[in-house]
Parts: sequence; structure tokens; C-alpha cells
Amino acid sequence: MATDITQEPALGEINKYDFVTPTTAVFKAEKGINAEIVAQISEMKNEPGWMRDYRLEAFKIFESKPMPKWGGDIGLDFQDIYYYLKPTKEQGKTWDDVPQEIKDTFDKLGIPEAEKKYLAGVKAQFESEVVYGSLKEDLGNKGVIFTDTDTAVREHPKLLREYFGKIIPSSDNKFAALNSAVWSGGSFIYVPPGVKIDFPLQAYFRINAEQMGQFERTLIIVDEGAEVHYVEGCTAPMYTTESLHSAVVEVIVKKNGRCRYTTIQNWANNIYNLVTKRAMAYENALMEWVDGNLGSHLTMKYPAVYMMEPGARGEILSIAFSSSGQHQDAGAKVVHCAPNTKSRIISKSISKNGGRSSYRGLCKVEDGATGCKSNVVCDALILDSDSRSDTYPYIEVEEQDVQIEHEASVSRIGEEQLFYLMSRGLTEAEASSMIVSGFIEPLIKELPMEYAIEMNRLIELQMEGSVG
Amino acid sequence: MVETLKITDLHVAVEGKPILHGVNLTINRGETHALMGPNGSGKSTLGNAVMGHPSYEVTGGSIELNGENILAWDATQRSRAGIFMAFQRPMAIPGVKMAEFLRHATTNVRNPDRKEGEELIPMRQFRKELTEKMGQLRMDPEFARRYVNDGFSGGEMKRAEILQMAMLRPKFAILDETDSGLDVDAVKLASESIAEIGGDQMGILIITHHDKLLERNAPDFTHVMLGGKLVETGGVELAHELYTEGYDRIRAAYPEAAAAGEAMTEASAV
Repeated sequence: MATDITQEPALGEINKYDFVTPTTAVFKAEKGINAEIVAQISEMKNEPGWMRDYRLEAFKIFESKPMPKWGGDIGLDFQDIYYYLKPTKEQGKTWDDVPQEIKDTFDKLGIPEAEKKYLAGVKAQFESEVVYGSLKEDLGNKGVIFTDTDTAVREHPKLLREYFGKIIPSSDNKFAALNSAVWSGGSFIYVPPGVKIDFPLQAYFRINAEQMGQFERTLIIVDEGAEVHYVEGCTAPMYTTESLHSAVVEVIVKKNGRCRYTTIQNWANNIYNLVTKRAMAYENALMEWVDGNLGSHLTMKYPAVYMMEPGARGEILSIAFSSSGQHQDAGAKVVHCAPNTKSRIISKSISKNGGRSSYRGLCKVEDGATGCKSNVVCDALILDSDSRSDTYPYIEVEEQDVQIEHEASVSRIGEEQLFYLMSRGLTEAEASSMIVSGFIEPLIKELPMEYAIEMNRLIELQMEGSVG
Repeated sequence: MVETLKITDLHVAVEGKPILHGVNLTINRGETHALMGPNGSGKSTLGNAVMGHPSYEVTGGSIELNGENILAWDATQRSRAGIFMAFQRPMAIPGVKMAEFLRHATTNVRNPDRKEGEELIPMRQFRKELTEKMGQLRMDPEFARRYVNDGFSGGEMKRAEILQMAMLRPKFAILDETDSGLDVDAVKLASESIAEIGGDQMGILIITHHDKLLERNAPDFTHVMLGGKLVETGGVELAHELYTEGYDRIRAAYPEAAAAGEAMTEASAV
């Protein structure tokens, strides 16, 4: 564990990934950002001119956009961040090609185990680039593309360019613009019509260089009648200086397609996690976001589903856990653009040791989108009187014939519940931990097994020493 | 040596309001005691105070387990030392499965020195025992997978409490109106179960309004609580009398306690 922590002592409990692996960075761009650095990043990656221009244009937008005025306090110095870091000379072709120190990091994260047991392809982003990727042959044979986004720019330019930045344009918000200017890595997935991938595709991300930003860019295209479940887990070691993670994730689910995107993020306490995630779901398609947020100094993340054609469905399950020095401003957006579309949002937040969780959600029904249904449930659990929870639901409905339900509840861990469990021999800490895991059970059971176990372990760690 | 739970001159207040005004009661392991009395007389308060509920402030007197004063112990310690209470209205813990909860509880109570994070009872052993006990209580195996008291009917809750007692095998058990909300058959089953796990293994305090639960658990002593005091103690015949005749004779015999009881009831109604 880092010892030079000068902030609140509660930082010490943040997570088990408090280790730093020395890495041999081949290239580190200068600190800070300007048009020259943006162009240099593009050059380092040998990108085509259109992408370089795209980045430069986005950078202009970034400069012109003000900081968001809502959410949390973003105390970032954009000139004190590295925007690009390339860890190895070439992308590892096989496991043997992956450098030992990176393997060590993955060992600590338990990835090789997962690889052996479950994975067809591990796409692991180490710092700014994907360093290792393997894809099962039969997936390739079915026409599935699963690669890092940098590679996709080179190898699948036509397909990528058709969708890149179409769901989330650079002009969407300041951080989407920043990502568009300096993005690196991320996953590119294309699932051809009718292809159903029956195991989760996975990626692990990890920030591992002080003051380094992480700007992955993910694009998923699920063609008609196709299905995919994509899982990303994020963990980060702890540092004392500010650090920024700002990803953009775009998903397109075409007619009758299904996509589930699962994220479990456990950031170090100093990370600003400002992510834009949006999906467009077409006729009878289903898009599901399962989003778990732990750690970070400030998280602002509102996965969105735009239901573009009749019968489209959007489901968002989100959970936030905030402790001392942490503010989770998380939520969801559902936009009903077509008739007979359905959405469901379940949000659960837990605040303890002075942590703050907010649910910020939007439910929008456009004119003419008749027969829509939307159900929003947000439950907050507050563990002590120093902690805080807020709910900001925005509902914009331009159509009469709709059915919208919103339920919100805030509860404190009840003395009665604690007493009941303690009267059965559980310690106060065990009892709190059990109440919390019960609270998030509806989300946990949606996770793939190994993530469910990991999530429970993270919650247990977060709960340790939380009661007196 | 016979193990003993000894309550001496116990005064208890809730939110600053005195409820118990000097209760004396000694229960030896192997004995069955019935505790009766009108609503609001302080019966549940006594149970909660013995179990160590933090909202029940002991303002005087002592509770001793085998000669050791346990007032400073929290509910966890008391439970691990062998004290159990079947609650009148047990709390729901949504999302936590009965089996998982019971495995933690059983491990902790059987291994009182267990630290957090240490091994639980082996799954197979636990499952076998749980299934057996549930069978005896004629509970659907599916019950173990339901969330603790979440959406349980009154009868299911009470049965779940009995199941917990059967698994935890306490030395001293307080059953707070475990018969209320149960139909005749369920009461019979509960009585049988209590008798079966209880017998001479436990010191039992049965808080009840009826005498049904007492049929198969004939009390060695019946106590009557009125206005926060035990005003009379008798044998099994006293329980039958109170059930059939009501509390008029008692109120008349102990007007001071009756007045205190009425004052408490009115205060809580406000």
C-alpha cells in the first residue's frame, strides 16, 4: 500500500489492488494537452488522415466546451495529465509474447484463471493499448470481429468509420470531446446477423502510471438478430495525484439483436471517472447495461439507451458504492423515440463513512412514441449519519399514451435488522455486510459467476472496519 | 452444576420511558417457564433486554448467566453464549437467503470464538442438518432459498424462528408469542418441535396469551407480568386460569401494578 497518503485515513481501505507493477513505457507523450500532442498521438499510431482530423476537430470542441455545471466538483488540471502511453512495442500475439511484468499484474487480478476456465478471448487493456488479445477461432469463422479499436482503425476502416462517433458525437459533452481527441485502446466488436455468442466476451482495464489518463474508446455493433454479452472489469492501484479516466462507449443493436454490457469498476480513490455510454436499440432489439461502480474520487456515468424503433427495449441495472472521499453521481438515461418501446431502470446505491451517492436519471418520451412503458426503481442505503444520498430523476414526456412509474426509497441500515442478525451470533460487521450484500443481490445475480464472486469480495472489503 | 439465567431487580427503559420496574426471575436449564400478562405489560421488553437490544436501556439490576453479569455484552456475545429469542415480529433481510444466514449463525453460535472471515461449517454437513431439521418442521426445502423473513406469512415467520432455534441449540430460549398467527395445526407442530429440541436441554421462557403452546410444554412455573413487574408465580394451573378467566382477578389483587400498566399503555398509545 502506498504510504505517502496525505488525505483521509479511510483511503487505506479502498481496495486490494494497491500494487504498482513497474512497466517499461516505450513512449510517453508529454504531460498536458494541445493540438500538437493530439496530432502526435495520431502519428504514433500511424493513423489515417481522417482519424487525425477527427481528433483535432474534437480537440477544438473540447477547448470550446465548458465544464459540466452539475454532478460533482471536477477539480482537474488538464495540463497535469499524460494523455498517451504505449507500454509495449507490439501487440502480443500469444500469451507467451506478453511481457512478464504485465502477466504478473494480470495474475494479481486473477485473469489467467478466468482465461483458462471461461474465456474465448481476453482483451485486456494495459495502460493505453491492448497488449494481449486472443480470439477463439470459431468466432472468427463466424465473422465476429473482436479487436482493440486501434487495430480496427487499420483493419476494418470502412465498418468502423460508418459508426464511430455516430452515437456519441464529439460535440456531445466536454469529456466525450476529450476522449475523441486523445482516445487509445478500447474494444471494437462486430457481431454479424444472426450470430449468437453464448459466452461473455471480456476485457480488463487498469490504470498503472501516475497521472496518466485512460481514454479507451469502445464500439460495439450487434447486427440483426445477433447477440453478445460484453464484460469489462476495471481495477486500479492507488496514487496520490489526480487521475482521469474518461471513456466513450458506443453500442448499436439492430433489429431483433440483443446486447448486454456489464461493467464492474473499482477505481482508486483519486480517480475522476467521467464516462459517456450510450446505445441505440432498433426494432425489437434489447440493450442492457449492468453497471457497478466502486471507488473513485468522482464518478459521473449515466448509461443511456435510445429506443429508436418500435418494440425496442432498454434495461439498466446500476449499483454504486461510495465511501469516504468518494462521490458517485451515477444513473441512467432512457429515451423513447418510437412507439411501444419499454425501459426499466434499477438503481441501487450504498453510502458509508461520509461517502455520497447520487442517482441522476432521465426518462424521456418523444412526441408520437405511444404505448411506451418505463419503470424506474431507485433504492439507496445509507450506513451512517455522515453519508449522503440524493435522487435527481428527470422525466420529460411529450406523449399522453404512456405508462411511467418511478419509485425511490432511501433507507438506513436498520438497528432492528442489525439486532436481529446479531441475536443470531453474527458480529455487527458481519451483519452489516450481510444486509448490504442482500441489498445488492438483485444486481449480483445478473453477473457472470466470477464477477459475482469478485463483486461480493469487493463489497466485503469495502465493509471491513466500517462499523465500530 | 445446573446452568442458570438469573434476572435480578431488572429496571428497563425505552427512549427514557421506564417499562420494567424491578423484575426478578431465575431460569434453570431444563425448566420451562410461561410468562403471561396483558398487552403492554412489558413481556417483550423483558425478552429484548435479556437478548441485549440496544434500544432497551437497563437502568438498574442485573442479568447473570451462570453467575456472570452479561449486561455489558452485545447481542452477538449473548447469542454465542447460548441465549436465544424467537421474535414476535422477526425482521426481513431482503436478498439474504435463509440458508446463507443460518450457516453463518450456526457456525458462530457453535464456535463462539470464531473471527470474521474464518471458515464456516462445511456446506455438506450444514445442508444435511438443515434439511433434516426442516423435514421435522415439515418445511418445504425451497424455504432455505427464500430471503430471510421477506414476504413470509405470519406462520412461516414463526416456523422459521423455531427452525433457527433448532439449528442454534441454545441453552436458554425466550419464545415471544411464537404461537400467535399460527393455526391450530401449526401451534401443535411448533409445540412438538419445541418439546423435541427443548426437553431438558434448554431453559425456556414462553411468552404467550394462550395455553395451546403450553400443552406439550407444560410449564414448571407460570409468571404473570403486570405494569412492568412479575406479580404472581404459580404452576401450570395458573396458565390455564389466565387463559380462561382473563386478568381481572390479577388486576384486582395488584391495583398498584394495574394502574402502572394502564399508564404505560396510555402513554404508548399517544
